[in-house]
Amino acid sequence: MSALPEAPAVPQTLVGIEGVSRRFGDVVALDDVTLDIRQGEFFALLGPSGCGKTTLLRILAGFEEPDAGTVTLDGADLLSRPAHRRPVNLMFQSYALFPHMSVARNVAYGLERERVPRAEVRDRVEEVLATVGLAEQSARRPHQLSGGQRQRVALARAIVKRPRLLLLDEPLSALDKKVRAEMQLELKRLQHEVGITFVVVTHDQEEAMSLADRIAVLDAGRVQQVDAPVRLYERPGTPFVAGFIGANNLFEGTASGGGLSVPALGTLPAAGGLPAGAPALLGVRPESVRLGETGILRGVVADVSFYGGVSHIAVRVAGHDRPILVAAQGPARLRAGAEVGLGWTAADAVLIAR
Amino acid sequence: MAGPSTGRPSRRSRALRPLAARLVFLGPGLGFLIVFLLVPLALMMSYTIFRRGRFGGVVYEATAENFGRLFDPLYFDIVLSSVRTAAVTTLIALLVGYPTAYVIARLPRRWKTIALIAVVLPFWTNFLIRVYAWVILLSGPGLVNETLTGVGLIDKPIQFLYNEGTIVTGLLYSYLPLMILPLYAAIERLDPQLREASANLGARPARTFASVTLPLTVPGVLTGCVFVFVPCLGNFVIPEILGGGRSIMAGNLIRDQFLKARDWPFGSTLALAVIAVLIVLLFLQAWASRAYGGTEGRRA
Repeated sequence: MSALPEAPAVPQTLVGIEGVSRRFGDVVALDDVTLDIRQGEFFALLGPSGCGKTTLLRILAGFEEPDAGTVTLDGADLLSRPAHRRPVNLMFQSYALFPHMSVARNVAYGLERERVPRAEVRDRVEEVLATVGLAEQSARRPHQLSGGQRQRVALARAIVKRPRLLLLDEPLSALDKKVRAEMQLELKRLQHEVGITFVVVTHDQEEAMSLADRIAVLDAGRVQQVDAPVRLYERPGTPFVAGFIGANNLFEGTASGGGLSVPALGTLPAAGGLPAGAPALLGVRPESVRLGETGILRGVVADVSFYGGVSHIAVRVAGHDRPILVAAQGPARLRAGAEVGLGWTAADAVLIAR
Repeated sequence: MAGPSTGRPSRRSRALRPLAARLVFLGPGLGFLIVFLLVPLALMMSYTIFRRGRFGGVVYEATAENFGRLFDPLYFDIVLSSVRTAAVTTLIALLVGYPTAYVIARLPRRWKTIALIAVVLPFWTNFLIRVYAWVILLSGPGLVNETLTGVGLIDKPIQFLYNEGTIVTGLLYSYLPLMILPLYAAIERLDPQLREASANLGARPARTFASVTLPLTVPGVLTGCVFVFVPCLGNFVIPEILGGGRSIMAGNLIRDQFLKARDWPFGSTLALAVIAVLIVLLFLQAWASRAYGGTEGRRA
């Protein structure tokens, strides 16, 4: 938009997390976590409950201190600054709205702490409440609002200060399905509009996939993989990610020339990359598996479920303990008990070192 | 109860059952209150409009002179100074009790229990014994003076006892737990994330306390104040023992009217006046509690 030619957009690190560890007694919440969060991106910390994502969020907000490691914001040390002096705002999972203050006063609270002139506080509060669609409710108390409205207040209160970094703790978990979808779109729109870097913590992979530019998958306090949603889905880097993100058919064996050799099943095709003989895991997505008369594997249909657009077919294969899931377009013309062949191309299957 | 019934109770008996159940549960307490509180209270209130009997008791001749005497400076000043003593005690109890309750509420669970037991521990000892213990501590040849003279800090024992300060100390000592417990309950119930949210929005700890913690614990503050103020105002044991009977409070005055002056009607009138003061305060407390939206707001 500007007349001057801009410097090429090199993603700039906003938050640098390096070697951060935190333990509570015997429980390791974070184990040597290193992450870069870039300026202006929508970043997600994804993992099952107890994986340490909330601890990391609390460290960024300043409510928790790591036992080891450093965290920088814009290159400057963040850990030495107390919570109330960080340009970081958090939208709490429980919203944590002040029950004794009106919506407008809740939102104004952060600005008043910065000693922003009164007229400006009023304008900015009005503006942000209009942005989240709560202009009418500004005089209400939190307990007079619905869950979705409270969430918008919490969001307004966090973004009105125009922080460098906005943290969102399970932002959609307390909402019902319909409001969720709405808020999801709204969060993305807002992120583009205000240009603040968002870090969302969630255990819900769909939430992370649909919202984030990049996702860090955490398990047991360790970073498993950091990638864009599509790459995370298509090229899981660790057995945990392969099993955690989306439905997957996993086979255990050893890498061989053409793919994975499994004692009971023979050699299964997969794009290589691992040295022959290395213990490996093969993952192939249900939608990549073709059904036919013949194939790499043969099995018996155990169950067919129709979901409208797609059908899920579970096929039992002798020598493999779990049924293989196949997703097919439209209604399936198969019945339980039918014998089928299963196949996939090497490019659709991924080999992961165990 | 609403499930399919096996017997043959008619519709009416089914409707009566909750009422009967309630009476069974409420009955003993309600009966006790009626017999030992409401009836004596009603009797006492009726005495206020009659003349005193010569050797105690009541002569049933209507009169308004009891209420007139209430405003005699002699008595009115005592009631007033009692209110002041009780108010000062309550204020100090609040200033001491709030930080204590705050710290206890934020202790780890196990230490919390220990601290709370320590707070109520004095109640396990007889009240009179505890008050006399203060005499032993503070009297001329008492423990404190002995120590101070022994160390050589002072030459002559200090007169600690028998003044208003001693009475306040005694009242404070006796009723501080009644301040700490409701405050503790209010602070403990407060969602710790509200404090974090306040810090996250840029508030220093002092600001968080003033804008979030304190306003949200006002109902607890008011409950604690009433719990301390009420027994302080009516107390007559502590002024008697620690005040040496010289500085008397409304409680002593009432007791003296009944037991020494044998003026039951005037004693009743004084008691009624104290009750009136307390009722006004209770209404104020209820009103202020609601104004702060404590109970319904905190759930949001």
